[in-house]
Amino acid sequence: MTTAAPREAAAAVAAPAVRGRSPGRIAYERLRRDPAALLGLAIVTVFVVTALAAPLLAGLNGWRPETFDKSAIDQALGGVPKGDFGGIGAEHWLGVEPGNGRDVFSRIVYGARVSLLIAVAATAVTVLAGTAVGLVAGYFGGRIDTVLSRIMDLVMSFPSLIFMLALLSIAPGTDRVLLLVLIMSMFSWPYVGRIVRGQTLSVRHREFVDAARVNGAMGPHILLREILPNIAAPILVYTTLAIPANIGTEAALSFLGVGVRPPTPSWGQMIDNGLLWYQVAPTYFMIPCVCLFLTVLAFTLLGDALRDALDPKGGGR
Amino acid sequence: MTRYLLRRLAAVAGVLLVICAVTFAVFYVLPSDPAAHACGKTCTPEQVALVRTQMGLDRPVYEQFGGYVAGIFTGRTLGDGPAALECSVPCFGYSYQNALPVWDLLTDRLPVSVSLALGAAVLWLAGGLAVGLVAALRRGTTLDRSLMAATLASASAPVYFTAMMLLLVLVQRLEWLPYPDYRPISEGPAAWAGNLLLPWMTLASLYAAMYARLTRASMIETMAEPYIRTARAKGLYERTVVTKHGLRSALTPIVTIFGMDLGGLLAGAVITEHVFGLPGVGQLTYDAIFKADQPVVLGVTLLAAFFITLANLGVDLVYAVIDPRVRYA
Amino acid sequence: MILRVRDLRVAFPAGTAVDGIGFDLDRGRTLGVVGESGSGKSVSSLAIMGLHREAAVSGSIVFDGEELVGAPASRLRELRGRRMAMVFQDPLSSLHPFYTVGEQIAEAYRLHLRASRRVARERAVEMLAEVGIPEPRRRAGEHPHRFSGGMRQRVMIAMALSCEPDLLIADEPTTALDVTVQAQILELIKRIQQDRGIAVMLITHDLGVVARVADEVLVMYGGRTVEHAPVREIFRAPRHPYTQGLLASAPRLTAGSAEGSPDPAAGGAAGPAAGGRLRAIPGSPPSLLAPPPGCRFHPRCARYAATPEDACVTEAPELREFRGPLEIHEIREIHTGRALRPVGPEGAPAGPVHRTACHLTGTLGGPR
Repeated sequence: MTTAAPREAAAAVAAPAVRGRSPGRIAYERLRRDPAALLGLAIVTVFVVTALAAPLLAGLNGWRPETFDKSAIDQALGGVPKGDFGGIGAEHWLGVEPGNGRDVFSRIVYGARVSLLIAVAATAVTVLAGTAVGLVAGYFGGRIDTVLSRIMDLVMSFPSLIFMLALLSIAPGTDRVLLLVLIMSMFSWPYVGRIVRGQTLSVRHREFVDAARVNGAMGPHILLREILPNIAAPILVYTTLAIPANIGTEAALSFLGVGVRPPTPSWGQMIDNGLLWYQVAPTYFMIPCVCLFLTVLAFTLLGDALRDALDPKGGGR
Repeated sequence: MTRYLLRRLAAVAGVLLVICAVTFAVFYVLPSDPAAHACGKTCTPEQVALVRTQMGLDRPVYEQFGGYVAGIFTGRTLGDGPAALECSVPCFGYSYQNALPVWDLLTDRLPVSVSLALGAAVLWLAGGLAVGLVAALRRGTTLDRSLMAATLASASAPVYFTAMMLLLVLVQRLEWLPYPDYRPISEGPAAWAGNLLLPWMTLASLYAAMYARLTRASMIETMAEPYIRTARAKGLYERTVVTKHGLRSALTPIVTIFGMDLGGLLAGAVITEHVFGLPGVGQLTYDAIFKADQPVVLGVTLLAAFFITLANLGVDLVYAVIDPRVRYA
Repeated sequence: MILRVRDLRVAFPAGTAVDGIGFDLDRGRTLGVVGESGSGKSVSSLAIMGLHREAAVSGSIVFDGEELVGAPASRLRELRGRRMAMVFQDPLSSLHPFYTVGEQIAEAYRLHLRASRRVARERAVEMLAEVGIPEPRRRAGEHPHRFSGGMRQRVMIAMALSCEPDLLIADEPTTALDVTVQAQILELIKRIQQDRGIAVMLITHDLGVVARVADEVLVMYGGRTVEHAPVREIFRAPRHPYTQGLLASAPRLTAGSAEGSPDPAAGGAAGPAAGGRLRAIPGSPPSLLAPPPGCRFHPRCARYAATPEDACVTEAPELREFRGPLEIHEIREIHTGRALRPVGPEGAPAGPVHRTACHLTGTLGGPR
């Protein structure tokens, strides 16, 4: 009896229910009963489907994201959308962009595609790079660990936003999406690296690792087959929480004018544009903001729920 | 302790040197031609060549870099002949845009960013810690749930969205606050604070939400520690248990994050300054980047890195004060 | 009588952890409470200290004539640290890492005895010396991580004793320590108990610990008492199959007569010291959520397996006095408070009464 009594009681009670089930299964059961997780999942699903089905959805509407609709804006008033709420109506479901009459719904739908693609890809690169470095540093230790840890500390000392802005502003504009993914990952991988390194250190000398080593397993095999599965939970949680952070970063960079280039739509860029018009066409500013807000919120809900569900102490935090 | 401090300061210097080198390489070597930027669009090739010589760009990179670093400590003369510019210590070069010394630009703008960061930090620390503490102690209640839902929403809203909403409501609709227009503190604390209140609230609403969540999680974890049970078993008042034994431990991880956040903001909150048009280092950075004003970009990068590494050092020192285990290690 | 517990129940939202235990404890006596993890022994001690925050505690806990169940939290707080004190299992995590041991010992003394900082500090040094820490004045200014495991536990004991409590509860005080250090800590507890004449409740899963210091033993299983007897009786003639299993599975730490102390168990017949081999009790402790019906031990009980009886599955066995081999008398039901036939003053069997809760004791019990 080492722990606080309530926790002990909870563990004792949980014991029969838990018996014979994998941690993944337990986490799944917990998530299924968590309304916040389900809400997050529902919103995420809506946006992911929207992004995947962008051409289809824009087709329903009948307006391409790049098509100008001069008839929807009031040229005499400097391009203010005709009608209330930024021109929302049967023709343009979420109104039109002031100044050129582009369809907001189509741009939001395609913007979801760009925003999610960049955020997910940047997260994937970040997590892969960070995991690789963290595993190597934690497993081999010694001089390798010292060097890698120093590099991580150094990268984390960089003023990342300034650097990202500067790099993106001078970089040639051939493939903005790839460029954004790489530059965003460049400054975030050490955060994963540190977590993975710490976790690796903590399992490196556990029995199953020693057993594998005694049985003649080699470094890469031990790293990928024995250690990685045992530290997957924190990596998964970090991944889920990094996606909303990256969505925010991408939007911020586009907002500051160094993201994807027009006419490719992105939410941050629409918000930046909307800021100029928000006095006369507030909906044009609000709609991408709300989409961004909901996506970030949903991913955070999901990430929080996942962290609680994977917490061996029983979650519920 | 002194030796530790000296070692850490040396490490800070090393980090800054590396960051300086990387920044230098990125902004002086990669882009097409700084001289053309500096000279302007109407320059003839001869004029550009002259500028290039004057800027020392025809010399090897390592020499340029050495000159730059040396200039910070000793000052230097840029160019020669009648067009030579005397650049006094600390020399970070001259802006391409307006030929002002980068150091003067930085020191002009710094008070704005520091005012913004410090004021917001006070607000978000007070708000975030209070909310997090209450939520942790009332864990599982409706109050806890509502507070956490509110912080989640507040942390998910992008800064520019929060900024515009506050502007719309507090300035335009209710007219409670003036449109932010930076006044130095020398013109009176009321004018200074009144004009910064809106940017402070904007930044604080984001950070307070994150700090509330952090504080809550940290506090819940700490209150489950065996030494908290020991404190209760001693018959201490619950107030003492929570503050003296619980909060003190729960705050240690928050100190780290606070150091990093504050360090990052001192050299300019780019988005907030941009949205409110505050003439801080962030706005200077934004302008410099889009005008390809490399000496200024290099200057703000170094300044930001300086604040970040200094904040990290500060965190480590505070840690040594808080946690005796670190002190002896 | 410093402590009188009757029909104590502790229920968590998730299940009942302690299901009706009772015992008496006098000044100058030591009660050993033995059981596996999850048996409810720690939960019971925390209930006595009033340290449960999410549990419903019912029954009766009378401390020096004062009923503690239902007493206001402020009153319990006054008693905690002042008149009853507790030592926990892991001394490192039970001491605050950021404060010096001197500060931590002085804290309760300052609060309860309204002593000045200076006086309390002197008291801390004095207590450190008493628990056998060399250079107490210097060590008082150090932080817990600078102490070894055994020294930390001495600090915990010093902290618990600083206000001269009447009752000391020690929850697995030696479990986290090295074997050699364990003996020292037990000797310390024993010495302090004798010097000060306080009552000690010692919680452990280790029968060797009980053999060294306890006067009486309460064996718990699944939140209930299965056997309650003087320590000599438990080792000489364990009645309950669970107790017998525990004895058979415990390595005899005190088989010889360590440090020349008189060892009540030295002549014990049961246990591997006599038999040689260790036998673990098969199965695992019962769940709180769905405890087995009837006798909670029956799914693991060798005796039930040999001669199954319906009562073991349908009926919870009552705690009965066991006078001699195969002779059972119902006495006052201490664990339910129901008086059938009062024995002794206050009905409490302070003397050498051996009680056990097993349907099968009558048929197959006795020393084997």
